[in-house]
Amino acid sequence: MIVVLVEVSPAGEAVETSREAITFARDLAAAGGGIPIDVVVVGEPDDALVKVLASYGVRRIHALTGPAFEAFSGAAWATGVEHVRASAGAVVVMASGTPRGNEVLAHLGARAGVPMAANVVSFGGLSPFTVTRQVVGGSALEEMQLSQRPALFTVAGHAVEARPADVSGTGELVVEMPDVPAADLVARVVSTEEPEPDLSGTLKSAKVVVGAGRGAGSAGGFDDLLELVDLLDASLGVSRVVTSLGWRPHHEQVGQTGSRISPDLYIPCGISGAIQHWAGCSTAKAILAINTDPDAPMVTKATHAVIGDLHEVVPAINAEIRRRRG
Amino acid sequence: MTVNPLVCVKRVVDSSSEVVLTEDGQGVDGRFAGFTTSAHEECAVELAVRVAADQGGGATVVTLGDADAVEQLRSALAVGCTAATHVLADAQSFGPADVARELAAVVRDHEAAGTPHELVLLGNDAADSGDHQVGIRLAHELGWPVVNGVSTVSVSGGEVTASGAGPDGHETYRVPLPAVVTILEGGVEPRYPTVPGRMKAKKAPIEERRPAADPVGPSRVRLVLPPPSPSSVEVLGEGAAAAPAVVDLFERLGVLAR
Repeated sequence: MIVVLVEVSPAGEAVETSREAITFARDLAAAGGGIPIDVVVVGEPDDALVKVLASYGVRRIHALTGPAFEAFSGAAWATGVEHVRASAGAVVVMASGTPRGNEVLAHLGARAGVPMAANVVSFGGLSPFTVTRQVVGGSALEEMQLSQRPALFTVAGHAVEARPADVSGTGELVVEMPDVPAADLVARVVSTEEPEPDLSGTLKSAKVVVGAGRGAGSAGGFDDLLELVDLLDASLGVSRVVTSLGWRPHHEQVGQTGSRISPDLYIPCGISGAIQHWAGCSTAKAILAINTDPDAPMVTKATHAVIGDLHEVVPAINAEIRRRRG
Repeated sequence: MTVNPLVCVKRVVDSSSEVVLTEDGQGVDGRFAGFTTSAHEECAVELAVRVAADQGGGATVVTLGDADAVEQLRSALAVGCTAATHVLADAQSFGPADVARELAAVVRDHEAAGTPHELVLLGNDAADSGDHQVGIRLAHELGWPVVNGVSTVSVSGGEVTASGAGPDGHETYRVPLPAVVTILEGGVEPRYPTVPGRMKAKKAPIEERRPAADPVGPSRVRLVLPPPSPSSVEVLGEGAAAAPAVVDLFERLGVLAR
């Protein structure tokens, strides 16, 4: 059996990367001859979430409840997931390759003394069980054997597209209240401040992102870019050099050590496209690169490009949008 | 109470333009790209130095790597670490569990020698292997609590306060020492080394040690490069004259609210 840790948004919905992980699990289950899939959620899901999870082919939904799960603790979540895994006799435990997912599965790996593969994009043979995962920010891949049980891995964001199953699962809800040792609760969140509206949470979920790199020229070189952000109801994302120079705050950074984005359209302006930046934007559906260098990696990897200085091109785009809007 | 943080760094290939693999497919070839310290770990070093200064202790930097990894140790010494430990080993042969076990051995041996590390800082994940688990495995080895993926750290009254971005907002943890904390870039600006700092780092003694145990290994079959996708970029034009074609594209993609 396969167990998947599903993360739930504050609105009570299964986050997209978790739905992707269930989709990945279904492909794996099918290759294994129809292994059942159970999921673990923290907190009691509402009817709508139960229906969505069932539509993804899930057999049982194990809801971890009780005081131990009221504030996040990676160790406590791991205890809850392990409780479900052990009682169901699951041989595979998965999560999405989010900070939470990687953290919880790392705890499980440490406790069981087995490997954990982070950010898997595909699986190969089942015996021995082989997975391929992203390394060097996705610029290289590692084939890795997970020969010990349980096999633990997280699924890289957008490795697969989230899609409901052809045949719904039973989606039986099982409320769990596992014993959580006090030691698991030593490192837990004691306070959470609401994110500001334009923090990276918005950036990560934005449909359009306008990117800015060294080509912006200075901290004062963002006015036209911010107007484009406003005109497209977009978010601003920046390269690491921009934050290193102190031009913009870190939470706007896109890349291997910043946010990983997957918008419908990414518009990198004056960004050459170092692989660390590409790691954060490669899953954008369309990329319009604006750059003076036609051979810049960001231009050659883009779907569309304008060759020119962003300080000439972006104001012209803004003016054209305003003109068409009358 | 005095706090002497231990901060763990890794020598990684500085692969900003192209990744080249070694002939045996077991690692990334850095002969032409050069080497660096992961961005998260640069921030971990900065935080370790700040905590040590604040708490009247000294920060020790540790790495597991070949002889050349001494460069990363000296970089950390140049920005304020006061001691360095080098576990001489081929890092490619060590999986995350192996590295965690070696780091735990360093913590225990230093404590036995009279320098306890009440706080161990690591990067959340290395820029090359991206395993996301060494800190957590280290905490399990030591039986300590672990806070993962935060950007700021401060110590007061035998407790570490750490905070960073979570899925629902800015999260704060308060954990009694000893503890392990893994760091994400973004909370602090790593300082640049001063000239005196560099000179001092060049001469600083470095504790060298051999691995405490043979590594199990990273479960790696091999590394491969993803197939290059042929460039199919559509150039919409040059300079400001391209603006109408760009806005046409916005309309086609449905991203321009009318």
